[in-house]
Amino acid sequence: MWEQIAANRRKSVVLVFFTALLLVALGWFGGEYFWGRGGGPTGVIIALVVWLVMTLTAWFQGDNVMLTISGAKKIDKKDLPILHNIVEEMTLAAGLSKIPAIYVIDDPAPNAFATGRRPENASVAVTSGLLKRLSRDELQGVIAHEMAHIRNRDIQLMLFAGVLAGAIVILAEVGLRGMWFGGGRSRSRRDSGGDGGSIIAIVAIVLMILAPILAQLIYLAVSRKREYLADASAATFTRYPEGLASALEKISRAPDKLGSATSATAPMYIINPLKRTKKHMAANATSTHPPIDERIRILRAMGAGSFADYDRSYREVKGAKKGVIPGSALKEDGSEAAAPVREKVSASQREIARQVDDLFYKKDGYHRIECSCGTVLKIPPDFKADEAKCPRCGTRHKI
Amino acid sequence: MLFVLILAGLMVVVVAWLVSMYNGLVGLRNQVKESWAQVDVQLKRRFDLIPNLMETVKGYMSHERETLEAVTKARAAISGAGGMPERMAAEGGMTAALGRLFAVSESYPDLKASTNFLSLQEELASTENKISFARQFYNETVMRMNNKVQMFPSNIIAGMFNFTAETFFEVEDEAERAAPKVDFS
Repeated sequence: MWEQIAANRRKSVVLVFFTALLLVALGWFGGEYFWGRGGGPTGVIIALVVWLVMTLTAWFQGDNVMLTISGAKKIDKKDLPILHNIVEEMTLAAGLSKIPAIYVIDDPAPNAFATGRRPENASVAVTSGLLKRLSRDELQGVIAHEMAHIRNRDIQLMLFAGVLAGAIVILAEVGLRGMWFGGGRSRSRRDSGGDGGSIIAIVAIVLMILAPILAQLIYLAVSRKREYLADASAATFTRYPEGLASALEKISRAPDKLGSATSATAPMYIINPLKRTKKHMAANATSTHPPIDERIRILRAMGAGSFADYDRSYREVKGAKKGVIPGSALKEDGSEAAAPVREKVSASQREIARQVDDLFYKKDGYHRIECSCGTVLKIPPDFKADEAKCPRCGTRHKI
Repeated sequence: MLFVLILAGLMVVVVAWLVSMYNGLVGLRNQVKESWAQVDVQLKRRFDLIPNLMETVKGYMSHERETLEAVTKARAAISGAGGMPERMAAEGGMTAALGRLFAVSESYPDLKASTNFLSLQEELASTENKISFARQFYNETVMRMNNKVQMFPSNIIAGMFNFTAETFFEVEDEAERAAPKVDFS
């Protein structure tokens, strides 16, 4: 597996390395522009310090911040046995040594994300909207996708790439503003520098305008690639691509937009939480996720659940000559030999929905009364009267 | 002098390569062990859940003596199994017996309304899933191990240090292949 993960990441790492070069170039030319000849190294040092501080902050705070912003609540097995079981199943399928912490977000928009620096301290979070809408098999597909992000170390990579792109955006912004308001000491020095100075100035301006755009495009390209890979890995875990496909379909049809997501956290989610699928919105180059109907079509056309199947299906659907799965992963593909006979079991969707409701009612301090007619009354904590009437049979209950 | 240096350099490279190959094999063998332990944990968990299930079901399904007995017998076969092949066959028998039990339980509405039974059913169904996912990962690991053991050049190292091909956890019992499709929805 290690060889496979390493190969999967190699191309992504090359792209991220290119972004790092961009950051250094930006620092160098910015420095040369603002501090004249010999200012390059200072600029590079400033750029690296900004980047380092941002990386360290993200590294040590990233997952906490994300879980806090989204208002996620940690749950254990007795709160939601089905969800816990599914996560445990996918942990086994992915061959990870430890079950990630499980969080639930009370939000009607169906979505899910994974976070954490290492597979050993990862977390997965799902919204209550997702739990209420999906069947067990579909939920399994979504969790498999998140587990794939954890196992493929995508969270690390995307965190790193995201911070890098962010540093470039900030530096370029500051640089452009600096130029706009007079460019500091550069003027006098540049005059004495002659032609070389003006070339540096042009390169610096071009870099400051183009670098942020380029950095973000690279970041988005890496993100989209990781999504395809996570879909493929999810299919090899569950051996049932239809589960994820129909989950994606349901999620994409849902009208709600996730309240707590920002563009920084978007690539962590199973589908882009910000943009609802508008068909022709330059969707490809400017999105963290591939178009969702394309992902669904690839999953539906793959048949069995191996990397080779996904790759073939990807080429068919996209009409591309080159696949998306790295050769080493295809070579190591053991699924054909190892595919077990799997019984499809699906618990009732209503049962999951009921458990989710109970969970949040309990967390919010609601009081439960079971009426003899079978109705369950949920009394809010600020309910003042000392009697409640059952809406179905009219029995009065003492509180 | 130069020739000797080049030769020494080559030696170092070759030795490093052999060491990494050896370490890779050791790592894989440990992974095979570890992933088997995961399968084993789940099989034991299922084994432990059975008495609880029987207790819950007994009162409702008194007419299904045969089905219930099959599960009890399968459990006894597991604890009595000697070698690995026998154990795997016994586990396969258990999967089949449980499948029948849950299929039959569909026609007992009282049983299906019992929350105790429902949570046990989810627990067992999930354990069944966990067994097959753990097995899936175990078989993948075994395949990578066996490829290393049998393919050139790593087979030379494997032969020298007694690394042997591991056995897949196949579904031995035909009964499991033919197990009824159960839909709990």
